[in-house]
Amino acid sequence: MGELIFIGLGLYDEKDISVKGKELVKSADYVFCEFYTSQLAGADLETIKKELGIDIRMLSREEVESKAIPLEAASKGRTVFLTAGDPMAATTHVDLRLRAQDRGLSTRLVHSSSIFSAAPSALGVQHYKFGKTVTMPFPRESYPRSPYDNITTNKRNGFHSLVLLDIDGAGNRYMTVNEGIEVLLELEENHNKKTITGDTVLAGLARVGSNNPSLKAGYPEYILEHDFGGGLQCMVVFGDLHFMEIESLMKIADAPEEICMIDSTHDKF
Amino acid sequence: MGRKEKNIKKAQKLMDKPNFIRNIGTAAHIDHGKTTLSDNLIAGAGMMSEELAGKQLMLDFDEQEQDRGITINAANVSMVHGFEGDEYLINLVDTPGHVDFGGDVTRAMRAVDGVIIVVCGVEGVMPQTETVIRQALKEKVKPVLFINKVDRLINELKYTAEEMQQHLYKIIQNVSDLIDSMAPKEFKDDWKLSVEKGTVAFGSALYNWAISVPYMQKKGITFKDIYDYINEDNIRDLIKAAPLHEVVLNQVIRHMPDPITAQKYRIPHIWRGDEGSDVGKSMIECDEKGPTGMMVTKIIMDPHAGEISVARLFSGKVNNGMMLYIDRQPKPNRVQQVSLSVGADRIPVDEIKAGNIVAIGGLRDAIAGSTVSSLENMVPFEEMKHYSEPVVTKAVEAKNTADLPKLIEVLRSLAKSDPSINVHIDAETGEHLISGMGELHLEVTEHRIQEEQGVPIISSKPIVVYRESVNSRAGPFEGVSPNRHNRFYFEVEPLEKDILNAIEQGDISVHGKIENKNELAKELQELGMDKDESKNIVTFEEDNVLIDATKGIQYLHETMELIVDGFEEAIDEGPLARETCKGVKVRLVNAKLHEDAIHRGPAQVIPAVKNAIYGAMCQAGRVLLEPKQKVFIDVPAEQMGNVSVEIQQRRGEILDMNQDGGNTKLEAKAPVSEMFGFSGDIRSATGGKALWSTEHAGFERVPTNLQGEIVGQIRQRKGLNPEPFNESHYSS
Repeated sequence: MGELIFIGLGLYDEKDISVKGKELVKSADYVFCEFYTSQLAGADLETIKKELGIDIRMLSREEVESKAIPLEAASKGRTVFLTAGDPMAATTHVDLRLRAQDRGLSTRLVHSSSIFSAAPSALGVQHYKFGKTVTMPFPRESYPRSPYDNITTNKRNGFHSLVLLDIDGAGNRYMTVNEGIEVLLELEENHNKKTITGDTVLAGLARVGSNNPSLKAGYPEYILEHDFGGGLQCMVVFGDLHFMEIESLMKIADAPEEICMIDSTHDKF
Repeated sequence: MGRKEKNIKKAQKLMDKPNFIRNIGTAAHIDHGKTTLSDNLIAGAGMMSEELAGKQLMLDFDEQEQDRGITINAANVSMVHGFEGDEYLINLVDTPGHVDFGGDVTRAMRAVDGVIIVVCGVEGVMPQTETVIRQALKEKVKPVLFINKVDRLINELKYTAEEMQQHLYKIIQNVSDLIDSMAPKEFKDDWKLSVEKGTVAFGSALYNWAISVPYMQKKGITFKDIYDYINEDNIRDLIKAAPLHEVVLNQVIRHMPDPITAQKYRIPHIWRGDEGSDVGKSMIECDEKGPTGMMVTKIIMDPHAGEISVARLFSGKVNNGMMLYIDRQPKPNRVQQVSLSVGADRIPVDEIKAGNIVAIGGLRDAIAGSTVSSLENMVPFEEMKHYSEPVVTKAVEAKNTADLPKLIEVLRSLAKSDPSINVHIDAETGEHLISGMGELHLEVTEHRIQEEQGVPIISSKPIVVYRESVNSRAGPFEGVSPNRHNRFYFEVEPLEKDILNAIEQGDISVHGKIENKNELAKELQELGMDKDESKNIVTFEEDNVLIDATKGIQYLHETMELIVDGFEEAIDEGPLARETCKGVKVRLVNAKLHEDAIHRGPAQVIPAVKNAIYGAMCQAGRVLLEPKQKVFIDVPAEQMGNVSVEIQQRRGEILDMNQDGGNTKLEAKAPVSEMFGFSGDIRSATGGKALWSTEHAGFERVPTNLQGEIVGQIRQRKGLNPEPFNESHYSS
């Protein structure tokens, strides 16, 4: 009986995989990867193949979800399934693992860093204080209001919101922080709950995990002036900020001094 | 100045006086003589050029029709007629009689306030007679009756004066019964046919005479006189004593409402906007000073002027250069030419006022059925739904590849001018498919493409359009999204018969955005829908409905648009043979959705919804529906055997048969798919002695033992595996 091993490639490029992961890849009979849930902004399939020294077959969403090619392979031999970030951060892969279990295949997981922990880490804010994570889809007709509603709920509870930004279907275009803020401001205008105002503190992050990440925290106007460059981006909308968080945003994420004025008497920490 | 030119001058003066305008149409079963009537009314009113009109009585009718038939048939014609010392402007819309062109009749009824129902004195009331009366009364258009070809009762059937009277009385009674049973409540008494009052006239359109009781009284002619004239073959004096146009146009002016009277009750009936608003009041009062409000009832392709919109102008005015808004179009169009159709000519005028039927150039975004206004957001008129749906399709391609862009252009404007034609590009094969009401309808359309537009084409054999439906109630069936994070549960069942009927007949309006949910819910409840269901209608697609039977599911609201997309895709291409579904009630009973919006985007929701609906349809038993036709045949008794063989070979069933003298009248029903080529076969089977006509009879289930085979054929034609997927294919 075969085995299905989920291995995270980490955040940014081909060198973010763990040593344990790299060794397991080399021992596998079949190696697949997928880049539809997320991508490594700093590497492509060729550079990953070169780094790992093996051939890798990239699968489409349909090949994974409908045709279940990794499961077919795993019933024949040791199979590795590579994904960007931490494998189970893309919740769809939980389903794949469960289906493998149902078929009597054994499964293993090799973790790696994920934006879920990297974003707070990079900014120096506290992981404990995050609420629901949301994804902002690209603008389309009849835009869902749940991202806005969830950020509103988080903020009212004093929680920070990690805001992931959409990747278009073909993987050719990442939504930028600037586009994300524009969408949020539009949602604010439509639903008007005072969630995103002129003095809401936000942070934008680009190319986290690379040697030249771009971080910027502050009020929407201030961040909109900043050019984050290319690569995968995300945002954080802050709830109540702890004084340590404020200090970190100023020193690490170039926040303007005015954010010191934020009333943090509601701080629960 | 000739008579025609004088009349044009008069017409231009009269069009500003709504009291002296009558907007009327003619409608009849095929070959009952409606176009002959229209032509001779126009000729009689002096709306043809002098030399033609002078020779008119000598001319053979067919030549006349060739001379001017096309223009007259395609447009409205205005004429001037004097009555009791005043002159009146009559705008006449002629409608085609063949059942394939029923959509034209429906639309023409929107433009007119009164209609002359033409019935052949020999054949009497025929199926299409009933249909046109229904179409008129549904639009609150007042009917009067003209019984045509009365001379044949004497010349051919050798009726005595007594027999003839009895025969005519029977026809009047039949038409009268039809009007009684379908007339709007408030007009039941007023619109009753009355020989004494003169809402009934009879005569011969071909030989240009007609008579009514008031006219007989006025001129001191008796029924016996008429009988004798015909019997003695003294047509010349008969025409002198009782000229067709005099009698019929008098009847029109006396009994048809003018636009001011008619718009008072017609506007609230055909327009659901606010009657107290500026445009509402203006239309009800036929006020030329208000905002412009009109409805396009026809698009004519003019070889010189391009697309001409024919419209009924209910309020305000139209002048050259005016900017007008067309419903559902973002930008206004500029009016390039306003004209009045007088006889066969379009006479350019500067301005036309409320109450008229106008021809307008320059409205390039308009289609037949468009609401046009000087206001940007006028509430559109009620949709004019013709209840027969297209049943026959042909694939067409340009003979020379270089003509392809031109063909696409021609097809686009065809679809605009004839809404009964559906033009569809098959996404997989790239074929251009045109669907229409019947074989003849498509032949005429092909002729237009080739001869009028000059694009040589190759067309496929006609193919019948099928429908898919379900047999019983089934579900809930679970549909899972590709990422497995979202689940939808659907039930399906056949839509209530009465509701399906009401949609098909256009009695309830379910298309487009539902404007008034409560009103629709009430109507649906009256037709037998469950109260809860009726209040939770999400949308209709064709004659299928989506109902949200869930309660309080988080994020469902923002997902609903995608669910509707999935529902529409499933309905447009059913699970059996990718034919449109019909009469399916789809209920969403539960949904489990992912927390994050990005995990329930279109690529996830649409396939999950489609699979769930398809799966539930499999469980409910999928059925294929085919279009049927009623066939009415009149044949000498000795040929009867051959006719019934022809019918039976075509899976036909004989519904009714009775003897009428030496002839047998037979009513049968057969699938449209089997009726291709019937015309030639029945001719050779009966030596050309059978008279026949057809009528659409809606969609019915394909016999169970043939369903598999027919489904296989359709699927193969579409390049699919002949065997449709089964239930298990759609479960996760």
